[in-house]
Amino acid sequence: MPKIWTIVDKEWAEVFKNRLVLFTVIFMPILFTALPLLMVAIGGSQADIGDVTDLPASYQEMCGDLTGSACFTLMMVNQFLLLFMMMPLIIPVTIAAYSIVGEKTTHCLEPLLATPITTAELLIGKSLAALIPGVLVTWLSFGVFAVISYMLVQSPELLRRILDPMWIIAIGLVGPLLALAGINVTLMVSSRVSDPRTAEQVSMMLVLPLLGIFFAQIVGVLMVNAQIMQLAAIILVAIDAGLVSLGVRVFQRETILTKWK
Amino acid sequence: MIHTENLTKKFGDRTAVEALTLDVREGEVFGFLGPNGAGKTTTVRMLTTLIGPTSGTAVVNGFRVGQNDTDIRRCTGILTETPGMYDRLSAEKNLTIFANLYEVADVKGQVEKYLRLLGLWDRRADLVGNFSKGMKQKLAICRALLHEPALVFLDEPTSGLDPEAARLVRDFIEEIKTQGRTIFLCTHNLDEADRLCDRIGVMKQRLITVDTPTNLRQKLYGRKVVFHLRQADDALLARVRALPFIKDAQRVDNKLVLGLDDPETHNPVLVRLLVEAGADIQFVGELRHSLEDVYLSLVGSTDKAD
Ligand SMILES: Nc1ncnc2c1ncn2[C@@H]1O[C@H](COP(=O)(O)OP(=O)(O)OP(=O)(O)O)[C@@H](O)[C@H]1O
Ligand SMILES: [Mg+2]
Repeated sequence: MPKIWTIVDKEWAEVFKNRLVLFTVIFMPILFTALPLLMVAIGGSQADIGDVTDLPASYQEMCGDLTGSACFTLMMVNQFLLLFMMMPLIIPVTIAAYSIVGEKTTHCLEPLLATPITTAELLIGKSLAALIPGVLVTWLSFGVFAVISYMLVQSPELLRRILDPMWIIAIGLVGPLLALAGINVTLMVSSRVSDPRTAEQVSMMLVLPLLGIFFAQIVGVLMVNAQIMQLAAIILVAIDAGLVSLGVRVFQRETILTKWK
Repeated sequence: MIHTENLTKKFGDRTAVEALTLDVREGEVFGFLGPNGAGKTTTVRMLTTLIGPTSGTAVVNGFRVGQNDTDIRRCTGILTETPGMYDRLSAEKNLTIFANLYEVADVKGQVEKYLRLLGLWDRRADLVGNFSKGMKQKLAICRALLHEPALVFLDEPTSGLDPEAARLVRDFIEEIKTQGRTIFLCTHNLDEADRLCDRIGVMKQRLITVDTPTNLRQKLYGRKVVFHLRQADDALLARVRALPFIKDAQRVDNKLVLGLDDPETHNPVLVRLLVEAGADIQFVGELRHSLEDVYLSLVGSTDKAD
């Protein structure tokens, strides 16, 4: 078995025995999938509220010829789908925080570094162990959301807008990129602290830009659309590249051993 | 097997290991002794390529530290000072992970071999967290042996263990010693060093001395023989003292404590003389200084020099 997979396998065996991690990986997706679905369900069954002039101007523009209640549903669903994007961030950050700090508290790092594994293999293994569940769970949840929405929403117009291609970019591309950024930050934070919860909390600051967009959209300053998602993807690629190259330089064997205490 | 020249490690402006020049021969058990903070662990870490030396060179099993680090890691095993195991995983899983990382060809076979050696084959599925400390330590030693390395570093294998567990581990080290491996053993326990090691290096930032335990004792104290007599007096002591090969002689009650270089040759002469002088010899024994005396005087003398 290649060494990277040995590490991934080991991380999963260890980290999923942690109830908090397991809870995050299972409960978060259920919640974040249920919320937008609830909006779809309510919106679908509601009588038409008719007037859309209460909604922000940017929405009215986007809704075009949708009915008022459909437009409202769309807005709520879009909001919750933005929250959905927190998943590929929070799940990997949680896993990474526990996996790195766990290594320190079990004192297994030194025996591990004494094997012929390269530091790159070790770090990639740990990153993949955090990345894969986060991304898979996000994709799965979005799949479930798409299928159930398809069954619930009658108006093809509304369905087309709910399942906008922009979300493919968001979930397919921005999600994994966010996850990667989260993992890199967690790796660096974890190397400085001795409590996984602290590492987790510090890394969670990355959620702030997401929440910023969330609120900007509520007040109507900003509308997420394909362009914004593309821009976000490009920015994230740059950030990730920077973080990875920084990580490779920071994580030398000796540094890991003497500084990760 | 290990050859170092002026190996030095500095952390900032603190020197942990200074100009260490050392040879460890193939197949021997080399004891590395020194007080806390002497630089033992730092030396082991340099030799296992975990940290880089500040200056100097080291060759381990023919590979140069800093150049063929991966080769060195492949042919060495290490029991680190605080060897953690993955407590939430089974004994078998723990060993399997490391067998894979050490590129062992027959992972299953090796893991089974060592679990059986430890008598843990039936408990292979048990979580390591449930094992006793001594058992964990033995498991950690096995983890370092999975790839059958020619050279094993054991950094304080019995520290923090109760006497029974320590004994278990020590017996185990004696067992692996018979397999012809070179063992580099850091320890604070002098009896352990005495019992297990072929040669001992005493270290305190610098290497103070290297020799066999017997020679170390002799160098410092010479060899002493004790004659237990039914009755001893100062006249007898004076006769013995007059012999040319006696370096020093003391009487303690009815015992004569004699310092001499070659008891094998001179004891029979002494016995004859004492019998002719009418003494009744009850016992003859060698007075062994404990390695502790030797160690303390070696390490203590550098304190005064500081
Ligand atoms: N990563 C590090 N950073 C700074 N100083 C260090 C580091 N590691 C070790 N030292 C210092 O180097 C010296 C030697 O430490 P080392 O751990 O090698 O001693 P030791 O002989 O193994 O001691 P012990 O018997 O307590 O295990 C000590 O003064 C220690 O404080
Ligand atoms: Mg030490």
